Amino acid sequence: MTTVLEVQSLTKGFTMHHLGNHLAAFDQVSFNLKAGEFLLLKGQNGAGKSTLLRTLYRSYVAQSGKVIFHSQHGAIDLLSAADVDITMLRREEIGFVTQFLVARPRVSAEALVAEPLRMAGETAEAAMDEARKWLSAFGVKEDLWRAYPTTFSGGEQQKVNLARALILPQKLLLLDEPTASLDVKARAALVARLAQLKADGTAMIGVFHHPDDVAHLIDRVIDLTPGLENEEREDVVV
Amino acid sequence: MAITIEAPRLVKAAPLLKAQNVSKTYGHVQAVKNVSSEVFPGEVLGIVGESGSGKSTFLRMLNLEETPDSGSYTLDLPEVDGNLFDLDRFARRMLCAKRIGIVYQNPHLGLLMKHSSSGNVAERLLVAGERRFSVLREKAQEALEASEFPVDRLDAPPIELSGGMQQRVQLAKAIALEPALLLLDEPTTGLDVSVQALVLDTLKRLQQERKITMVIVSHDLGVIRTLADRVMVMRRGEVVEAGLADQIFQDPQHAYTQQLVHAKL
Repeated sequence: MTTVLEVQSLTKGFTMHHLGNHLAAFDQVSFNLKAGEFLLLKGQNGAGKSTLLRTLYRSYVAQSGKVIFHSQHGAIDLLSAADVDITMLRREEIGFVTQFLVARPRVSAEALVAEPLRMAGETAEAAMDEARKWLSAFGVKEDLWRAYPTTFSGGEQQKVNLARALILPQKLLLLDEPTASLDVKARAALVARLAQLKADGTAMIGVFHHPDDVAHLIDRVIDLTPGLENEEREDVVV
Repeated sequence: MAITIEAPRLVKAAPLLKAQNVSKTYGHVQAVKNVSSEVFPGEVLGIVGESGSGKSTFLRMLNLEETPDSGSYTLDLPEVDGNLFDLDRFARRMLCAKRIGIVYQNPHLGLLMKHSSSGNVAERLLVAGERRFSVLREKAQEALEASEFPVDRLDAPPIELSGGMQQRVQLAKAIALEPALLLLDEPTTGLDVSVQALVLDTLKRLQQERKITMVIVSHDLGVIRTLADRVMVMRRGEVVEAGLADQIFQDPQHAYTQQLVHAKL
């Protein structure tokens, strides 16, 4: 299997200027990830699991280290890559599934889900068909497809979010507690989709509060050393 | 010790816009100080900062309305070459009419308030050399429709329209010639929340469908967050931080950016 990601001595902390202090998140984390591999991040709240995902995605700025991603265009260090290169990789090769939907005013659920396919060059009609298929698979009622998700309940928003995040197969998928607040049907659909993507070669790094759902998919576990004051760090994050 | 961001390697296209070391002083006030920026084709750059940070002055220089004391500005377009700040008035006017669109916070700056809305849009086409009446009318209508302006109000002068509608006329005028660069100066400031959402949605759609490169200035972080791929934070004429939009909002590095982000509701 080919290597997708090489994380080398990754270190992240937060400097909070108004408090005049620095909080370490994790220090010198290293691991490799191959195509089709599923890696679970373990550790108590505050161990830096979500922070690690966001640092890999470049939503957070790392202090030091290297993250070599083997893109279809060649190897590149995600920590030092130009912003435009990161934007392109996020559109084509690196996905991030969070617990929260970023709804936009006046954009319907189906249009939101179809968007990644549209951006990848799919025709409007084909993208919309595929979007409806996934909304249905995750159990979003047909009446809601053309409605604006801004007013949906948390659970329904999460289903729209998953459909959107998983519609386009990626080379690397980062999962930040995607099963939180999901009902049984949606959870089953999610696990089935992840299994399919994994079989097709998507490499995944996940944080799961209850990893039982995905236990059969997990290849490796990284235990991020605990010992940090999570509450304080989460304050910065939010 | 901090990680240095490298030049693009995967994206092969050259930046559409390149501004280098742009500075401008008004009397004793240094409004813009050594600002440099690159914007790639199809990218949306957001500029945030409080009043007086120099963000609007910088935008007006990109629209060639203001000449800086020093610095260079190039656009990667076949018809222009070299530092655009060196162009004479006529060449500037033609370039702006044909390739750069702008939407101001204050519609009075961008529109003739007592002329018809379609006339306002057609004027832009006239400046660019179009003389056939039917083409003017048709293209103006097309641009207004793309901006989601109601067809039955084509002949209404902006002065009779609501703030949101006036912004649509400005937007139609700005995109009538399919500009390479769209500049937006606080396009939704002062509008009702619902109208603001409509204008944002229109901008987002235009950006997706036409891949127009945009630079948007706003003190409203929500607006920037919705539209921008990349954000530049300005304070007292200087750039204090620049990066991917989600990074600026989720993990701001500079003390001022942290203050700004934490002050958001």
